[in-house]
Amino acid sequence: MQAHIKLNLFATLLKYNPDISDPYPIPSGATVGELADQLKMPRDKVKLIFINGVRGSLSTALQDGDRVGLFPPVGGG
Amino acid sequence: MPDKKIIQAVKQKATGKTSPDGTRYDSLSVTSVAFLAKFTGIASRFVEIVALENNIIPERYIRNMQTLSITDQISLLKATVCIVGLGGLGGTVTELLARLGIGTLTLVDGDTFDDSNLNRQILSTQQLLATSKATAAATRVKAINASVEITACAEFIDTDSARQLINDTDVVVDCLDDIKTRFILEDAARDAVIPMVSAAVAGHIGQITTIFPEDTGLRLIYGEPGSAIAAKGAETLLGTPPYTVTMAASLEVSQITKVLLKQKGILRNQLLFFDLDQNTFEILQLK
Repeated sequence: MQAHIKLNLFATLLKYNPDISDPYPIPSGATVGELADQLKMPRDKVKLIFINGVRGSLSTALQDGDRVGLFPPVGGG
Repeated sequence: MPDKKIIQAVKQKATGKTSPDGTRYDSLSVTSVAFLAKFTGIASRFVEIVALENNIIPERYIRNMQTLSITDQISLLKATVCIVGLGGLGGTVTELLARLGIGTLTLVDGDTFDDSNLNRQILSTQQLLATSKATAAATRVKAINASVEITACAEFIDTDSARQLINDTDVVVDCLDDIKTRFILEDAARDAVIPMVSAAVAGHIGQITTIFPEDTGLRLIYGEPGSAIAAKGAETLLGTPPYTVTMAASLEVSQITKVLLKQKGILRNQLLFFDLDQNTFEILQLK
């Protein structure tokens, strides 16, 4: 079973962006961590995870239609 | 001088004016504020407060009016804000708070300007290279608004100094550029029971949040301090272009104003995230 998410990668994570990020297919029930693996993105590069605008974690399971935003740490000023 | 005499002197210096929408109001010029401060022997921000209490608008704040009420402007003139970090974020925050009419500013940064600051740090000029950022900030504030009382501190903060500096302030503003020191400042703000407005940028993206003492705060953004300190921020790769930094600084000032005036729209447990590459703004729920 496949699910489709809308994937948004930001800043330094943009280089892991797939050719098509919306819709982006994942195995149904995959976690954010597994999504990172599928994107060949080292998990420790992800600092902030938002699913449908709400903070999640690497272990959050994704559902069909989820909007997923992955962010690196940001500290400049 | 007794209050009654001060009020009388202020009223005498007021002049009638018409605002762009046709409303009449009584105005007090910058020159008159300076004269009255000298004449009455009280600090010029108190002259401005007396004027506002008597429905006389110091002309320097007239374009704040309607968006801010007279009562709001008085509250801002009575407020104290501590800005920690006077670089890209802090320089613009300082500039805007001085123009907005915050009565007392504590300006903290131990650094001096170098060439790489010139792309974004509004207080930096070629002439000021290798000179103190705190001194430059104080000079700039005085040049903009003589009513602002300034404490300038040319020191990098540590746990002890942070606590001392932010005592008795109403809001502390995190304008730092490294994650480790942000946690030190957050701890100090929590101990002093003071809200902290925090922003960070990298490349085209920026984020702003407001943390009250009882909130989880930066851990929701960076994880536990230990892991966050080890992690390099994306800015080390993407830099900090001027329009991103200045945008984030402006959003911090908006948050500071909301906190001081107890308005709606305070970003507690929320992260206002913007991406100037994709032209998007989004409020993300941290909790």
